[in-house]
Amino acid sequence: MSAITQAPAASAGTQAIGSWRLGQHSAYLTARALRTLWRQPAYAAATLVQPVIWLLLFGQLFRSVVHIPGFSLGSGSYLEFITPGVIVMTALFSSTWAGTVYVEDMNRGVMDRLLASPVRRGAMMAGTLAYQAITTVLQTLVVFGLAFATGTRFPGGAAGVGVTLLAAVLIAVILASLSNALALLLRQQEALIGISQFIVLPLVFLSSAIMDTGLSPSWVQHVARYNPVDWAVVASRQALIAGAQWGAVWPRLGLLVALAATMAWLATRAFGSYQRSL
Amino acid sequence: MPTSDPMALSAVDLVKTYRAGRGAAPVRALDGLTIGVAAGSVFALLGPNGAGKSTTVKILTTLSRPDSGRATVVGLDVLRDPDAVRHAIGLVSQKASSDPMATGRENLVLAGRIQDMSRGSARARAQELLTLFGLDDVAERLARTYSGGMARKLDVAIGLMHRPQVLFLDEPTAGLDPQARAELWAEIARLSGIEGMTVLVTTHYLEEADQLADRLAIVDHGRIVVDGTPEALKSELRGDTVNVELRSAAAAAAATGRLARLGGLNDVVSDGASLRARAENGARAVPVLLAALEDAGIAVASVTVARPSLDDVYLRYAGRSFEVAA
Repeated sequence: MSAITQAPAASAGTQAIGSWRLGQHSAYLTARALRTLWRQPAYAAATLVQPVIWLLLFGQLFRSVVHIPGFSLGSGSYLEFITPGVIVMTALFSSTWAGTVYVEDMNRGVMDRLLASPVRRGAMMAGTLAYQAITTVLQTLVVFGLAFATGTRFPGGAAGVGVTLLAAVLIAVILASLSNALALLLRQQEALIGISQFIVLPLVFLSSAIMDTGLSPSWVQHVARYNPVDWAVVASRQALIAGAQWGAVWPRLGLLVALAATMAWLATRAFGSYQRSL
Repeated sequence: MPTSDPMALSAVDLVKTYRAGRGAAPVRALDGLTIGVAAGSVFALLGPNGAGKSTTVKILTTLSRPDSGRATVVGLDVLRDPDAVRHAIGLVSQKASSDPMATGRENLVLAGRIQDMSRGSARARAQELLTLFGLDDVAERLARTYSGGMARKLDVAIGLMHRPQVLFLDEPTAGLDPQARAELWAEIARLSGIEGMTVLVTTHYLEEADQLADRLAIVDHGRIVVDGTPEALKSELRGDTVNVELRSAAAAAAATGRLARLGGLNDVVSDGASLRARAENGARAVPVLLAALEDAGIAVASVTVARPSLDDVYLRYAGRSFEVAA
């Protein structure tokens, strides 16, 4: 039996080529997803209108909560308080659907064809995550634009907006990774949607997205401390207020980055589980 | 062992089991399957659903791992060198594998780009394949608007973008109407000739295997029961097939016993209420057969005589009629 020639240990050069290809393949797949969105104008419009509705609905519905004694609002309006909450909520809601694209690809032969091609699993994951990040940035800018148009001002300025964009993107990456992983493990649209719905609302209500947790029962405050949605909301809010509290911002952003990287890695590992089911 | 393996595909003793769920015994999808496919040939895996054809394709295309056994594609081990294998193969899976929200042309160009073709050569190759498959007129339409036949042609074209050395066609014509099926067969036959590719096609259409394949193997219960050229397999079954329809399965069983003792008839098998036998000369065997059954008081519904077909090959080696199995 002839010895199979082993590939030489990856040198720095081949590694560079490898990451270049990973980036390129990710870009092709991101472009594919954006093209699909572009070709479904109704869906694209809904994606952008949804955060507008959240902002106006919650802004009106809960306007009077600021009058509850002890509501820590700082100097601004309830709209200023809720804008980062709505932004993170929107990122959360949109990204939990990410996995449905995988399920559609599995139901067709697209997933199998890609897995039998030289595309890396990492690129397949990065492509969908980059797409979610881009739509989250657009949605976030829409919410900021609307808040600004209704007279809300954010003393934190460009730095605050930047932190909010980053926090929203990280939440989108975390939830889209979770959604993709569930898609690969469950391989069923209904199961995926059911579990996503079960996760999303508690994450919102156990955070300060629409309500100051200072007014919530103490167990909610405890839980919120471990809730990534709360990390993102608090980091954004603290960066947007006058005299930004950077000491509250950086650790939360750090946690979000670490969690996003871990989730994306775990979700990529889930391709193995999907392939074992084939 | 020579470095250039004349076998484009080889699988040795592949075993694959699937968990069937809580408490149930695992399903043995492959049970020591072994095949070898010569470079440049069209090889058909023929068998009913669940025989192990698709599992074999999944292992050879690096999608699935065997529990044991070894498989190589153009000399590359599918377990040790999956990346190189993925560059060498094209896969047309059972299900539609185009992106419905992309046009035919976009589907092809993306398939080329992920195989590391340059933008220019991917575009040129896409145009070449669109013309070859007669998809020029619909090239700028979204794939979701394609008819079944057009969508399948696009799937095959996608698999061919990077000029793979081996093309896998998993049930390529399932669900197509007879005309679209015949068209696709013609395209596949032509392509395998021009591009010098090795093609592995799985099918449960005997006719498809007969028309397309240089060699075929019959798969049953995860094993190859027989392989050879369609002609050789048919000529191994010397003589004609005599097919007798009876009133009931019991009558068929009784008749089988009776006819097995009759001279001039071989391989007498019953299958439900029908019975088959081989005869050197079918026309001469029929009167003898009818007389014997009449003597035994067994009523006959119909008798037909046919030249051997792959269905007979299947019946002979898998022990049951293909239609019943499929």
